[in-house]
Amino acid sequence: MQKSKLGLDFTKVEYARGLAKNIAEDVQAFVEQYTTVAVERTLCRLMGIDGIDDNQVPLPNVVVDTLKDNGVLSEGALFFIANAMIQTGLQPQAIAEEVAKGSLDITKVVTRDPQRIAATLQPVIDESMARIRARRARREHYIDTIGEGPKPYLYIIVATGNIYEDVVQAQAGARQGADVIAVIRTTGQSLLDYVPYGATTEGFGGTFATQENFRIMRKALDEVGEEQGRYIRLCNYCSGLCMPEIAIMGAFEGLDVMLNDALYGILFRDINMQRTLVDQYMSRIINGFAGVIINTGEDNYLTTADAVEAAHTVLASDLINEQLALMAGLPEEQMGLGHAFEMDPMLENGFLLELAQAQMTREIFPKATLKYMPPTKFMTGNIFRGHIQDALFNMVGIWTHQGIQLLGMPTEAIHTPFMSDRYLSIENAKYIFNNMKSIGEEMEFVEGGICRNRAKEVLDNTIKLLDEIVKEGLFTALEKGIFGDVKRPKNGGKGLAGVTMKGENYFNPFVELMKGKR
Amino acid sequence: MSEGLYSMESKDFDKTLDLSKIKPYGDTMNDGKTQLSFTLPVPCGAEAVEAAKQLLRKMGLENPSVVYYKELTPGFTFFNCYGSCQHTVDYSTIYVPKVESDTMDMYETDKYIKENFGRKIVIVGASTGTDAHTVGIDAIMNMKGYAGHYGLERYEMIEAYNLGSQVPNEEFIAKGIELHADALVISQTVTQKDVHIHNLTNFIELMEAEGLRDKMICCCGGARITHELAKELGFDAGFGMNTYADDVASFVVQEMHKRGMK
Repeated sequence: MQKSKLGLDFTKVEYARGLAKNIAEDVQAFVEQYTTVAVERTLCRLMGIDGIDDNQVPLPNVVVDTLKDNGVLSEGALFFIANAMIQTGLQPQAIAEEVAKGSLDITKVVTRDPQRIAATLQPVIDESMARIRARRARREHYIDTIGEGPKPYLYIIVATGNIYEDVVQAQAGARQGADVIAVIRTTGQSLLDYVPYGATTEGFGGTFATQENFRIMRKALDEVGEEQGRYIRLCNYCSGLCMPEIAIMGAFEGLDVMLNDALYGILFRDINMQRTLVDQYMSRIINGFAGVIINTGEDNYLTTADAVEAAHTVLASDLINEQLALMAGLPEEQMGLGHAFEMDPMLENGFLLELAQAQMTREIFPKATLKYMPPTKFMTGNIFRGHIQDALFNMVGIWTHQGIQLLGMPTEAIHTPFMSDRYLSIENAKYIFNNMKSIGEEMEFVEGGICRNRAKEVLDNTIKLLDEIVKEGLFTALEKGIFGDVKRPKNGGKGLAGVTMKGENYFNPFVELMKGKR
Repeated sequence: MSEGLYSMESKDFDKTLDLSKIKPYGDTMNDGKTQLSFTLPVPCGAEAVEAAKQLLRKMGLENPSVVYYKELTPGFTFFNCYGSCQHTVDYSTIYVPKVESDTMDMYETDKYIKENFGRKIVIVGASTGTDAHTVGIDAIMNMKGYAGHYGLERYEMIEAYNLGSQVPNEEFIAKGIELHADALVISQTVTQKDVHIHNLTNFIELMEAEGLRDKMICCCGGARITHELAKELGFDAGFGMNTYADDVASFVVQEMHKRGMK
């Protein structure tokens, strides 16, 4: 049995994990009966369908919308693509182009024989799987040869709106020491039910996530990684209405980290819970297979709820997210479960509470690449105090061995980071990570002290909450506003129209292929 | 740079405070001392430092001093600088429009509503347009409030509806009508490329087109919003940094009373 520096009772932890598993199994039983327009577009992309029609509509949307309009989405895109391949002898991309031109009726059924359908698709399936495996191998080769930065990885964001300007900022950040570059998405992209196409140079508060933009940034980071002798990870947002689609684009283009959390979308983007939980399952299967680290968004609960009072909701959600990820075949090492340093800086001994919670999270998820979020809620225009708040956050990060340290910016409350803001933040983190490197091994927590008591309190409250959620189910719990004080109805929010129950011919071999084989 | 530690610089300027000609204060009246930092898109080196100093002089800073510089990435150099500002402003004639209401706390506001209206006041809030941030509207609306100031949901006499983020203006207004809102409050966090100005302007235009502008109190808020800007855009009030739910609630109820709303 693992030894806890905080005196955590691991039998309680295992009990909590068991509760979370029950909750996740309940969700999973629901999820497996359904598919969505986003899942089907993802399968189109796995068939090699890409590009746009004359009206800038992505071809995967053209194909899936056709199925939806004809009321046959429940049979799934692969069933109809296979039938069209048999009927026309064309490859999926050519089929999609014909559908866009209006010259092919894709809903015509030639065969229902599952073996014939599987055999028809097999070469295309193999090609996609090989493409993703090659991307994964490429990353692993880089890490084996040029290496990577030590944990906690330094994570910074770029958000100019222009992918080419982002490249300049990202390369500068990497040269200053960043290990992970996240390209923030443009405001509102999470609510688009399609993924825009091509390189983009306009965005509000961020840059569109497109496959071409992924490619441009991946290339830039490989360049600077080779120059710096350190693999630089690329992060984007596999959330919103296009979760699995963004996942597959990332898998094809070598992304390393993806924000990927249905609960976040439900609570903070008002995305329908049924839609996004189904989408999440497929996206996590892809991320797991592609070796992508997912980041979950629990830290956000503390921006709306109080960080001291609601700490247990973060742990409860981390435990649920862990189970949902395991069910999608995503290994613990790829779980960037989220938590945050968000308490009011004026709180007496607040640092100790933050330290206790970060250590607790580390001990409960020993293998996870934990994602630790910096102060945001109580950052103000006082950039000087803000820089110190970030310093305290960095101290907790190195002390408790966090996996990914999302660097706080002194100008957090003011603007998207300037190049110099990132420099100051990276300098702050590197100074503290080096100067306090082994503090976690040197220091112990006093028995009966503030930290041990805090960890115990949070764990106990987590168990109480999970017990409640087990009783009523996650959907009802979300309707009641248990996370982040935000209430969401099961049939409300965006994207419900894109959910459908799987029909008798439904076929998606990627679930088993990706979960089964690494 | 050690000569800066114990400054021997002569201080032969007038050291008396004149409110018609104020300038920054370091440690001596009228010394004009100003600190600033910026990045220039040039490689690090003596030329970069000279460029920074020349820029400081053009900004009206005498004795420009670059105390720290560092190349951020090839072709970009960051500077920390000091100088003495030569410009002055006349503080004595400054007029800034402010929200003209007395800020009351939650209990006073509830009492005020009971005495003056005898019914619950309906306030509907949202982060409208493409803005995905809920932090601002939550700080005003949520039960918990922010920094010790209870949010509108906690007020006994206020029925508060927080519609969240990314609410289109049309939808927001429709919801306001449906809920018989007395006041609509909008939060705007993202201000890149003035997207908030366009959105707020669009809201007021819609309100006017619907003939609703005079029937509801309209407020906006956010870190980059000032009362002056809000008035200019056609709102009744704007709430910027360091304003809380109490400020919003106090303004709404007093403005309603002033207008004779029942």
